[in-house]
Amino acid sequence: MNTKIPILKLYNYLFVSIQWELDDQTALQFQESLLQRIHETGASGVVIDLTYVDMIDSFIAKVLGDVISMAKMMGVKVVLTGIQPAVAITLVELGIHLQDVDTALDLEKGLELLQKGLGD
Amino acid sequence: MAYQSSIKILSESDIVSARQLGRNIAKKLGFGTVDQTRITTVISELARNIYLYAGKGEIHIELINSLEKRGLKIRALDHGPGIQDIRVAMEDGYSTSGGLGAGLPGVKRLMDEFDLTSTDGKGTTVVVVKWLRGGIG
Repeated sequence: MNTKIPILKLYNYLFVSIQWELDDQTALQFQESLLQRIHETGASGVVIDLTYVDMIDSFIAKVLGDVISMAKMMGVKVVLTGIQPAVAITLVELGIHLQDVDTALDLEKGLELLQKGLGD
Repeated sequence: MAYQSSIKILSESDIVSARQLGRNIAKKLGFGTVDQTRITTVISELARNIYLYAGKGEIHIELINSLEKRGLKIRALDHGPGIQDIRVAMEDGYSTSGGLGAGLPGVKRLMDEFDLTSTDGKGTTVVVVKWLRGGIG
């Protein structure tokens, strides 16, 4: 399985909704494509929506955390949205707190957070 | 009802197959969404440990019954190098694979029972159990 995750551009932002079971290769490929798209589009912010993700293990959490740090290095703010209750419970029990990561309840609030953060 | 299912961990894609199998079984047994996610995540972590540290191994998922309760037992075994210092491996934040894997303490917190056996040079076996609860899970 090697699914390409669509990355949509809207105004200055990029939107990603992850809707597949994330295997390692897809997760790593996503990391590269997102940074490439940021570079191509000159986007100022990214929302990654995880509403349809039913499990995040430590590897996927690391890939997400890394891509956020990498984007930040490029000057781009990333917000994670829609983390499911079961996923939040499991992540914290696992010992992963995503402390330095901006998160919002849903896509709409994520977009607001981006706009506020970027002063748009 | 006896139920047992096994999957070999030989490649990265087997990690995904193992956790999908785990979720399906957990759902079938009546575990709630949160416990299904805990079980799926634990299988993912254990399968990844096998893949990273031993290269190959197996995951066995089994329905167990005690006097008053039912549960799911997961056994992850490999014949890899084994864990040198179990006490250190059970410390939060410890990982020898460069930050991959939240490690075994996280797995222990997600489950009701946890048992780790490791022999230097001979391999590692991790056995965890999650009991089925009556309420929300």
